[in-house]
Amino acid sequence: MSASLCVVPDSAPLGASPHASIHEVECRIKSHEWVNGQYRLLVLAAPPSVLDCEPGQFFHLLCPQTDRFQPYLRRPMSIYSYDRSKSELSFLYKVAGAGTGAMAELRPGEFLNVVGPLGQGFEMRPEWRRPLLLARGVGLATLAPLARECARLGKRPVAICSARSPELLMSTDLFRSFGAEVITVTDTEGNSGIESLTPLVEGLVRSRGIDAFFTCGSSRLVRMLQEIGARHGIGGQVALEQHMACGIGMCQACVRPFQRDGGAVNLRVCREGPVFGLQEVL
Amino acid sequence: MADLSTKIGALTLKNPIMPASGTFSEELAEVFDLECLGAHVTKTITRGKRAGNPVPRVCEINGAMLNSIGIPSKGARAFIDNVVPFYASYDVPLVISISANTADEFARFAEEVSVRGVAAIEINISCPNIEDDGKAFAMRPGATGDVIRKMRSATPLPLWAKLSPNTGEVVEVAQAAEAAGADALVTANTMLAMAIDSRTGRVRLGNIMGGLSGPALKPITLRMTYQCARAVSIPVIGCGGIATIDDVLEYLIAGARAVQVGTATFISPTTMPRLIRDLDKALEERGLSSVDALIGTVAVTGEALTLAEYA
Repeated sequence: MSASLCVVPDSAPLGASPHASIHEVECRIKSHEWVNGQYRLLVLAAPPSVLDCEPGQFFHLLCPQTDRFQPYLRRPMSIYSYDRSKSELSFLYKVAGAGTGAMAELRPGEFLNVVGPLGQGFEMRPEWRRPLLLARGVGLATLAPLARECARLGKRPVAICSARSPELLMSTDLFRSFGAEVITVTDTEGNSGIESLTPLVEGLVRSRGIDAFFTCGSSRLVRMLQEIGARHGIGGQVALEQHMACGIGMCQACVRPFQRDGGAVNLRVCREGPVFGLQEVL
Repeated sequence: MADLSTKIGALTLKNPIMPASGTFSEELAEVFDLECLGAHVTKTITRGKRAGNPVPRVCEINGAMLNSIGIPSKGARAFIDNVVPFYASYDVPLVISISANTADEFARFAEEVSVRGVAAIEINISCPNIEDDGKAFAMRPGATGDVIRKMRSATPLPLWAKLSPNTGEVVEVAQAAEAAGADALVTANTMLAMAIDSRTGRVRLGNIMGGLSGPALKPITLRMTYQCARAVSIPVIGCGGIATIDDVLEYLIAGARAVQVGTATFISPTTMPRLIRDLDKALEERGLSSVDALIGTVAVTGEALTLAEYA
């Protein structure tokens, strides 16, 4: 029984394990800007240890305590971009509740404690040659790293970007820069409903040879893609959200039911997800 | 370098820091080396499979968390086949937490999980969100004694009784557990609580009520630790709201021989290794050579008033 096993110098990573793949680190804020009236882009200076990421993975953020907001639990947030060469990690988020409200008050030069990278990311299978990326609002942030991965793999996706109004459309230039064909739909133009999207997606399946669907967030969009996918034998993946506590897989708070191995099973969104097979989602 | 080791009955722990049941699993090994902990305490299992409660299973309030996870369990067999072997690679006592619906079921289950690799059994007689509006064995001395007595004759392993703050008979329950053969007490589990969203009028947990944990719970469980340490001669393990080294020191001073860290691991997954390092420094600063030298050293002026006098 040696106490010395556990005692580490202040400078050393705490209880560092050779198998550690999840890290808790303090990251300096490089920039933090509004990208439109609702969304903010947070860019962190991050060590290489947390930048071994996959598209679709997330980080668990320790939002600060402010005068207005005192969030207690961490907030899961999907990665908007990661760049090892620039040592950058960024998040695009909508200011909504106490957690994002507190985050919005962070200033460049301050620090944010992050845990990650977490969860299972998207898997872009070799046989998928013409993927469709469909997301609404801030959900596009989750699909941005996947669009970059498509570019890296030489695949040219079609991206349908949906928003309430044209000025809230995000990242369309970013998606185009990754070689994606971008189609925008908005509530104000009246073409973002399921009744408009269904024929649009069906048409793309015929005209562009779409052979995989990727989406996140909205259960409405998931249902629609499940139905179209079932009709045409097209698979795909979905990134889901759920209330979380630990984010690592310990607490079992974030379970949802999925169709797997011939029955309905509860799976942890933080651990078995956040990315699941399109037809698994119940 | 202070001697951080502590004894819980026949078990010697290399330090007094261990996880609280339900806030620890194999996945934490991806964050830090679990070898550094005083003990490994697994999430409560039931004998059969259980799905757990509806979502939302957690919500936050100021300085605390409410949970109604509902003990989802893959059952005894899956645990013995998959989880126990995982921890066998560590030189750290494995404490498994079990729950059941009746005293007899508890006893049968204890016998079944008394397998090689298990160092002690923690008895979850206090989980407030199983059935019956949160009523639990640990609310009454009679029910507590009955469960532990039956388990005592079913297994040779040390039995740790995890008590509940949802009782008006803390000392009586603690003494009943000791008399029935418990080897240690854990003080305590979460406290039955509730949260409502005032804007929507809706309850914030799928199960309506849930257990309060985190810093807001600490004064209550610290008080229970003090009461129990004075009332029994078996070791008491403090648990409730521990996040900082001062929290650890307070529990040790109150009489705890070790502590369990729970919700804080959700906020910072490296909390436990940090507390182990900080404990060594804190003892050194106080000129103490061991954890033992701090345990139960609380300074009180005069005799504590009885509960009735506060009411």
